[in-house]
Amino acid sequence: MLSHTSLYILDMALMGMGVYALIAKRHIIKKIIGVVTMEYAINLFLILVGYRAGGIAPIEDAQISAADLAARAVDPLPQALVLTSIVIGLGTLALMASLAIKLYEKYKTFDMSEINRLRG
Amino acid sequence: MIAIFHVLLFFMIIGSAVAIETKNMLSAVIAVGAVGFGVSLLFLFLGAPDIAITQVIVEILSLIILIRATTFADNRAVERKIDSFATITGLFFLGFFVMATVWAFSDLTPFGEPLMVVSQRYLAGSSAETGAVNVVAGVILDYRAYDTLGEAMVLFTSVLGAFVILRRRGKKPLDEADTEQFGIISD
Repeated sequence: MLSHTSLYILDMALMGMGVYALIAKRHIIKKIIGVVTMEYAINLFLILVGYRAGGIAPIEDAQISAADLAARAVDPLPQALVLTSIVIGLGTLALMASLAIKLYEKYKTFDMSEINRLRG
Repeated sequence: MIAIFHVLLFFMIIGSAVAIETKNMLSAVIAVGAVGFGVSLLFLFLGAPDIAITQVIVEILSLIILIRATTFADNRAVERKIDSFATITGLFFLGFFVMATVWAFSDLTPFGEPLMVVSQRYLAGSSAETGAVNVVAGVILDYRAYDTLGEAMVLFTSVLGAFVILRRRGKKPLDEADTEQFGIISD
């Protein structure tokens, strides 16, 4: 059963957990947790796509030359782009958390449906 | 090696299930932290040490932010009655999403055999062209440096947004009249 697409499917199940939390939960922090879980799953998926079986990290040293890297290393391009994405994820998390804190200060609750009812 | 990946992914799925379903918000946040460190470990096994280090640091910072957001309030979950419509919709979209992605995976290359058309050039020429022995550093700081510049701009904008949102109020008291005039003064 350890086939090679089962890793992709497990990763998408993790992403689905995030989608479920984002849609079904009413607590704002739970929604933020859903977004963070989706982010993890997508970053991990891009790295999984770039993985070469038995590959080494794309770093040269005394034993490993550039030609060796081209033959054996994993894909460095998704790694570089995911590095950007992880840091941007931290920025969006800080923005979401500050919005949640402000909403709590105004409405004294984290419940999304309660906030909808109190508006106006 | 593939067995390790499966074990770590199962651990992460269980961790996120705990984070989503538990009642105490502090334990939910800490379960998310466990998932993040699982991702970091998996990055390390997948041959991406740079991302593993970054993920650990970002995970610690996001744990601090989330704990700050939960502990100043009552940290219990607010769900008293189950919202059945939202739950059914969420489960439906979960199933639909997994089905659609499984269908889309038929167009991908199999796991372990990436395409690597552009990356071959980066891997072969990074140390000669950019002087970086770490190819990931060569890509983010030389080949795609404008991308990193945009990332820094997005990060700056989000920090600015969080600062503006969290500020208590303006520096000037609300009942104080404007004494200074800016711009075009009419008289």
